[in-house]
Amino acid sequence: MASLVGSRVERKEDKKLLTGRGKYTADVNFIHQTYAYFVRSPHARAEIKKVDISKASKAPGVVAVLTGADIANDKIGGLIAGWRIKSEDGSDMKVPAHPPLANESVNYVGDHVAVVIAESLDEARSAADLVKVDYKILKAVVKTKDAMDSEQIYKDIPKNMCFDWLLGDRAKVKEAFEKADKVIKIDIINNRLIPNAMEPRAANADYNPSTEEITLYTTSQNPHLARIIISAFNGVAPENKLRVIAPDVGGGFGSKIYPYAEEVVCSWAAKKIERPVKWVADRTESFLSDCHGRDHVTHAELAVKNDGTFLGFKNETIANIGAYASVFGTVTPTYLFGPCATGVYKMPAAYTNVKAVYTNTAPVDAYRGAGRPEATYTIETLVEKAARELGMDPAEIRMKNFPTEFPYQQTLVHSVDSGDYNAGLKKVMELGEYESFEKRKKESESRGKLRGIGFCTYFEACGIAPSPVVMMLGCGIGLWESAEVRFNPTGNVTVFTGSHSHGQGHDTTFAQIAADQLGVPIESIEIAHGDTDKGPFGYGTYGSRSLTVGGTAIVKACDKIVAKGKRVAAKMLEVNEDEVDFNNGEFVVAKSNKKKTIGEVAFACYLPGTYGEVKSPLPDGEEPGLKETSFFDPANFSFPAGSHICEVEVDQDTGETKVVKYTAVDDFGTIINPLIVEGQVHGGLAQGIGQALYENCHYDNSGQLITASYMDYTMPRADNFTDFNLGFTCTPATSNPLGTKGCGEAGAIAAPPAVMNAVIDAIGTEISMPATAEKVWTACNKKNKNSEAA
Amino acid sequence: MKIFNYHSAKDVKEASKLSSSRSAFLAGGMTTIPSMKLGLASYKDIINIKGIKKLSGIKISGKKVTIGSTTRHAEVANSKEIKKAIPSLSALAEGIGDPQVRNRGTIGGSIANNDPAADYPSACIALNAVIHTNNRKIDAEKFFRGMFETSLKSGEIIESIEFAIPQKSSYQKYPNPASRYAIVGVYVAKHKSGVNVAVTGAKSCVYNDKNLSDILSKSFSADAINNTKISASGMNSDIHASADYRANMVKVFC
Repeated sequence: MASLVGSRVERKEDKKLLTGRGKYTADVNFIHQTYAYFVRSPHARAEIKKVDISKASKAPGVVAVLTGADIANDKIGGLIAGWRIKSEDGSDMKVPAHPPLANESVNYVGDHVAVVIAESLDEARSAADLVKVDYKILKAVVKTKDAMDSEQIYKDIPKNMCFDWLLGDRAKVKEAFEKADKVIKIDIINNRLIPNAMEPRAANADYNPSTEEITLYTTSQNPHLARIIISAFNGVAPENKLRVIAPDVGGGFGSKIYPYAEEVVCSWAAKKIERPVKWVADRTESFLSDCHGRDHVTHAELAVKNDGTFLGFKNETIANIGAYASVFGTVTPTYLFGPCATGVYKMPAAYTNVKAVYTNTAPVDAYRGAGRPEATYTIETLVEKAARELGMDPAEIRMKNFPTEFPYQQTLVHSVDSGDYNAGLKKVMELGEYESFEKRKKESESRGKLRGIGFCTYFEACGIAPSPVVMMLGCGIGLWESAEVRFNPTGNVTVFTGSHSHGQGHDTTFAQIAADQLGVPIESIEIAHGDTDKGPFGYGTYGSRSLTVGGTAIVKACDKIVAKGKRVAAKMLEVNEDEVDFNNGEFVVAKSNKKKTIGEVAFACYLPGTYGEVKSPLPDGEEPGLKETSFFDPANFSFPAGSHICEVEVDQDTGETKVVKYTAVDDFGTIINPLIVEGQVHGGLAQGIGQALYENCHYDNSGQLITASYMDYTMPRADNFTDFNLGFTCTPATSNPLGTKGCGEAGAIAAPPAVMNAVIDAIGTEISMPATAEKVWTACNKKNKNSEAA
Repeated sequence: MKIFNYHSAKDVKEASKLSSSRSAFLAGGMTTIPSMKLGLASYKDIINIKGIKKLSGIKISGKKVTIGSTTRHAEVANSKEIKKAIPSLSALAEGIGDPQVRNRGTIGGSIANNDPAADYPSACIALNAVIHTNNRKIDAEKFFRGMFETSLKSGEIIESIEFAIPQKSSYQKYPNPASRYAIVGVYVAKHKSGVNVAVTGAKSCVYNDKNLSDILSKSFSADAINNTKISASGMNSDIHASADYRANMVKVFC
């Protein structure tokens, strides 16, 4: 049987998803279903004086109206920050209480105040208008840059600062900068984004009073984590009495990694009223209350020699984490950001200092790339500026500073196992026709347009992650992954994974792996995930981890199956175990024609004895059945890398900027399914280009979210893009047996600096993201005026 | 969405009779329904006029193009007759919203709503349109009164819009990248009687830029307005575009 790894197998799940046969949380209905509608704060910051539910409680169809006081009375715990960060001075991060329903104060527009549960959604929504909340409105803190010098939001958190974190060595950096010929500086903003998964968040909780069990359907990237948090921290039900199911989920991009207030409230309320409670976010609620992404203000400096050699790097960043510290809200701007901020380069000295601040905005957490896009944008715009100031070619300055020996121990944290950055950059220059750029530029000029070119060479640390390492760094959980491979008696296979597919294509990729490992046709393999009652505990899908960590667990479980299969086959074939080899689904005895297929062996495992024609005694001491579980904790992160080149065209009259050529060469190690990987790169690029040119979350000075619908939040559309020209290089990862590196986030990491470097090249002046038409037009005008004045 | 009574009117007379200060006529529903869903609007009665046959259709006669009020954008965009008579008008219709909107949204709904960033109002001004209602005929210049405001009275229904076929015309817009409504749209039409430069998106209501119209009436060339300054005064300023940017775009598109 030909190997399926590496082939463009069409996605098995698409038939279901594209024909409307998927089953999403909103599709689930229980008998006696009730519907929840949340009363949310219309103010960015206010004290709650009184919540009057008397009218709402009597409204038609209303089953219950529950408030922060109720949830406090029932001693339901608050939402948690999952990663403990320490400040440079050794002190612990400061975290405000985050009750699922606000009790004393509200801290962003959309904050949860009460829930109305009714027989229909319309009745719940109408009654919600009757909940009277008496607010004392307070001045809101909105701007990232000013947060430390504004009103103090929480009594015990001076300067609104969660932590002041340092990674690196300030003294060494100072020394390095003293030796520099030149210091390049940038001040940049990494614009705040709203994730906008296609399926809005939803929850439907059912409580069975006789068994005291709660079943929670939810839009989660990570049902096992949801269960342990809702159980152990919120205290809604013991873990054995809580089943969490994340059925088909329509995208997450990080925003659905962890449980929110709504899941906790629906589960608690279902138990309280002894009826199922369903909540489905409308799009406005998604804009208001999904965790947002990015939102950094950064000053960075690069010390260089005149020949382009990098000597040192400084990064001073203020990260807005919103009104509350979300589950991965504190690790995103620290350990996912700082270590990657020196880029792929040899950087003898470096530090990253991050001050994380609270503001009266929605919490900020992981969003596709989480910390690494921010890091890459910083270093890659800085490096390109260095090239401009030194008069060097942007490729040349990069190559000069690439490490070439692997494993390569970076200055800050990571020991990168494999890579070939020169090969990637050379390949992208060839594919992207770098040599003939001037010709294309002239052609654009002949049409009155400005054309610019921008590079990005990135690496990232993903496939999170080695549990001992992340726990040492403050992570409250481990990050290994599990798999269970279960042969059915008739020879087909179900593979349970602790990761979760919400668009990634696991049903296909994982089936390819299992098919190759077991020699079973891909049609005979089902991938199961998303139900805490079915498969073993796992840590879900995010951080480009499913394949490198979860896929490896599948390989290991398959190894165990094959090992047992050899013992059983040996007995069946009446030879010694060491005489049996396993190839392409067959246990064969060398230099003989004796063999048993894995299907026959599986059958034997389920019928261990003699019955009519069946003769399959198991070896002494062997347990019947054929099912194996593996838990895999990798020794290291995986380090995908790549080089992207973007070309943009700018209309000076209107400022309109278009990506006209985009070439990406990525190294994801071994590729299991090129079709799916290309899709991942396309999606990532769309989000990265979206951030660079279109998307921007905007709160006004009072903390009202202005971009709360698609009328104002620019989601890029297909006509905003050009064809993407993709290429790949391959240096297999050494930290997992498949040799794979994560690919899900790369596009979103690499594209913003590639696009912005191209825009800056085109218009000849620095500009912040997103490079909207007006901003580009204003920048062009300013530059033209300045040059006229000079 | 709040509960409402739904009526399907069989003719204009019935529709008008059913209407009140708490009702809305429904044709494409591309604005009315989302507003109701978002809780921005609620009505006692919704009166569907989509079933009234005489309100839909395209007629070309001599120097006029007449379009029934419930004619969908897609019909205008794809009409061979309009493409021939006023190609800029079918191009405008082709650029409204997205395919879903174009297949439901209607010309009457668009102009009755008079969104400051809608496309059709500029066509009405530039093409000297006459709006025919069940009671009277209204010149476009008098029809559009202010932001979401028209001279339509309660119970008055637009039946058709009659456009003058120009000698030359063009509609250019810079769409809001998020909503794709016009941040600025400029409709230039040259008639025997003179040139109209109608601008949408830039201010609180569509308007005829008399100054640009006069200059182009005297000399119909791009160079004629080279030295004309467009004032940003009174222009909209929001997160998508400042007044200065809009003023610039009026000139770029003119």
